[in-house]
Amino acid sequence: MSDFEYANAPESKAIAKISQSYDLFIGGKFIKPKKGKSFNTINPATEEVLAKIAYADELDIDIAVSHAKLAYTKVWSKLPAKERGKYLYRIARILQERAREFAVVETLDNGKPIRESRDTDIPLAAAHFFYHAGWADKLEYAGLGNKPKSLGVVGQIIPWNFPLLMLAWKIAPALATGNTVVLKPAETTPLTALLFAEVCQQAGLPDGVVNIVTGDGITGAALVNHPDINKIAFTGSTEVGKSIARSISATKKSATLELGGKAANIVFEDAAVDEAVEGIVNGIFFNQGHVCCAGSRLLLQENIMDEVLEKLKKRMSLIRVGDPMDKNTDLGAINSLEQLRRIKDLASTGDSEGANRWSPECKLPTKGYWFAPTIFTGVSQSHRIAREEIFGPVLSVLTFRTPAEAIEKANNTMYGLSAGIWSDKGSKILWAAKQLKAGVIWSNTFNKFDPASPFGGYKESGWGREGGRHGLAGYLTSDAKVSK
Amino acid sequence: MSRIDVNKTYKLFIGGAFPRSESGRVYEVKGANKKFIANPAMASRKDLRESVVAAKSAFHGWANATAFNRGQVLYRIAEIMQGRSEQFVEEICALEGVSNKAAKSQVEETIDTWVWYSGWCDKLSAISGSLNQVSGPFYNFTTPEPLGVVAVFAENKPSLLGAVRTLAPVISSGNTAILIASEKYPLPAITLSEVLATSDLPSGVVNVLTGKISELASWIASHMEIDGVDVAGLSKSEEEELKLHGADNLKRVFRFTNRNHPERILSFMEQKTVWHPIGI
Repeated sequence: MSDFEYANAPESKAIAKISQSYDLFIGGKFIKPKKGKSFNTINPATEEVLAKIAYADELDIDIAVSHAKLAYTKVWSKLPAKERGKYLYRIARILQERAREFAVVETLDNGKPIRESRDTDIPLAAAHFFYHAGWADKLEYAGLGNKPKSLGVVGQIIPWNFPLLMLAWKIAPALATGNTVVLKPAETTPLTALLFAEVCQQAGLPDGVVNIVTGDGITGAALVNHPDINKIAFTGSTEVGKSIARSISATKKSATLELGGKAANIVFEDAAVDEAVEGIVNGIFFNQGHVCCAGSRLLLQENIMDEVLEKLKKRMSLIRVGDPMDKNTDLGAINSLEQLRRIKDLASTGDSEGANRWSPECKLPTKGYWFAPTIFTGVSQSHRIAREEIFGPVLSVLTFRTPAEAIEKANNTMYGLSAGIWSDKGSKILWAAKQLKAGVIWSNTFNKFDPASPFGGYKESGWGREGGRHGLAGYLTSDAKVSK
Repeated sequence: MSRIDVNKTYKLFIGGAFPRSESGRVYEVKGANKKFIANPAMASRKDLRESVVAAKSAFHGWANATAFNRGQVLYRIAEIMQGRSEQFVEEICALEGVSNKAAKSQVEETIDTWVWYSGWCDKLSAISGSLNQVSGPFYNFTTPEPLGVVAVFAENKPSLLGAVRTLAPVISSGNTAILIASEKYPLPAITLSEVLATSDLPSGVVNVLTGKISELASWIASHMEIDGVDVAGLSKSEEEELKLHGADNLKRVFRFTNRNHPERILSFMEQKTVWHPIGI
C-alpha cells in the first residue's frame, strides 16, 4: 500500500517538561533516597535517557510507610468522607487539565502511540478518579456491610503497560475508601507517576496520603514485606503474584492481584467478519499487545478460517508501525529491551514447534525496540505460544469445528482474565459467555474498559476485582471474614 | 437377654458411594464417656484425589442447574434431616457429651441453616450482580458464578452445625465440595452424608472425608484442582501452611465468623463482566 502514504503528524514534545532527575515522593515532598542511588528511564522508541530516577530501598520504603501510616491515623481517617471525595474530584479535574502533557510524557516513557495515551490512558485515568470520588461518601450504600471501614496503609505495585491508568485503578479506590497509599510504579515507566505526585501537591492532598517510591522488584518486595502495610494491590505477572501470595500467607495482609492472561478471541461462523477482523486487530495489537487481557489466542471456526485470515492479513498490512509520537501511528515501540527479548524468544518457539509465522512487510526504525505485528497459524494447544503470555504483538491462531470445542479450547489454560466472542446470534453469545471461565467477556467488541465496569480474573489470573462497586470490596473491611 | 445392637460402619462419601478408605486405614473414635463408638475411615491422599475427580465431574451439572432447582435440593436436605433429627441428637450427645437439649438445639439450628441457604440460591445476582453504567453504547453487566471445587474444613465443635455452616453456603451457589469432617467428632458429618445421598443432591456435589486434618490439609493445599478452601477447622499454623502452598494455583482461602452470611457464599464465587455493543 505504498501508494497511499500519510504525511508525518508529530505531536510536540514541548508540553512535556521532564526534569533531569526525580526524587522519591514521600510525605508530600520530593526527598532524596537515603543511599542516593538512582537509575535511568529511557524512551524505548529512541533509547534516549529521559531522566534519572531515585532508587528506593528498604530504608526509604520504611520512611514512606511511616508517613502513610501517620497520614492515615492523624488526617485521612478523620476527614469526613465528603471532603475525601472532593480531593479525588480535584485530582480528576487536574488530570483533565493537564491531559495533553500527561499523554506526551506517557508516550515518551512507555513507547505507546500518542493516539492511545491521548484517547485511552489519560482520559480513563481521570474518569477513574471522578468515578471513585463519588463513592467516597456513599460507601454504606454499596452493599458491602453497614459500616464498611478502611484497611489502613495499602502497598500498591503497578506494571509498565498502562502506567498512569494502572496508578488510577489503584489509587482512586484506595483513597475513596479512606486508605492511604505507598505506590511503586514500574521500573521502566516511572515518569507519569512522578508527575502525578505534582498533581497531588496541586490538589492540596494532605501530606503522606499518597507516596510514590520508584525502584525495581527488590523495592516492590520491601513494600510487600513491610509489617505496617495492611493490604497489597498488585498488577503484574502471575509468577510474581504467586510469590506475593506466599509472602503474605503468614500475615494479616490481604491482597488483590491482577495477573496474566491468555485470552481466547472466538470467531463463530455467523460473525460479521469485517467487524471481527477489526476486533482481532484491536484485541492483540492495541498497546503493542502489552495487555494482560489481550486477545492473544484467536479461535476461528474452521469453515471461515480462510476468509478471516485473508482479511486479517490485508488489515495487518495497513498497520502503521513506528514513531509513537506520530498521531498516525498504530503500533509503537516495545517497552524495553528485556521485553523485546522475551517476545523474540517466545516467538522463536513458535517457529521451532512447527507453527507458521507471518508478518506484513514493514520497515522498523533502526533505533529503539520494535517488533512487527505477527501471527502464527497452525498453532496447536500444546505450543508454548498458545499457553504462555507473550505480552507482545503476536497472535496465535487455532481452529475449532463446534461451539463446544471452542469453549473447551478457550478454557484450556491456567489463566482466566478475559475472552472475546464474535457472533450475530444473541443466544449463542450468551451461551458462550456463560461457559467461558474468564472475568471479562467482550462480545462483538474487545479491549473496552470503564471505571464502572469490574475487571479481574478467574483461576490464576488473580484475586478480586478492580472498578465498579465490586472493586471497593478489596479496600474495605468485611462483615463476615476473619483476617487470621 | 437383651438384644445386641447392629452398629453402623462409618465410611467415606465419594461420588455418591460410601467406600472405605482405599488405604484400609481407620482410627478409633470414643464417646464423651470414653467408650468406643466407631472406627471411621482415615482418608488417604488417593481418597482425596478421588473426591476431587468426583467433585469436578459433578461441577458442570450442578453449576448449570437452575438456581430454583438448587434451592429446592437444599430445602429437601432440610426436610430429610428433620425426619432424622433423633439420630443426630443421639450421635451428638454420645460424642460431644452435651445435654439432650443442647444437642437438639444444635440439630434444629443446622436444619434452619439449610433452609436459610436454600433461600439464597436464586438471589445472589440480585445482591451482588450489577448492570454497569459505562460511558458508551454498551450493555455491560456483572454476575456472580460458582468458583469450582471447594474444600471445607468443618470446625471441631459443634460437630454437625460446624460442618453444615461451612458446607451449605459453598454448594448453594453451584460449587461442588469436599467436606473434611471434624477429626475428633466426625460421625455426624458421615450421617449427614446419608441424608445428602437421599436428598436429590447429584452424586459428587458433596464428598465427605474423615481422617487426620493435618495430613488432609497439606494434600488439599497442593492439589491444583481445588479452587477454594474454608479453613474453619484448621489451626492458625495449619491455615498459614495451606495458604503458602495453596498459592501455587492461587487458591481462594478464607476464614469466617460463626454467623451465617451471604459473604460465605459470594467469597467462593467469581464475578463475570460481559460487554456487548448497543446499536442497530
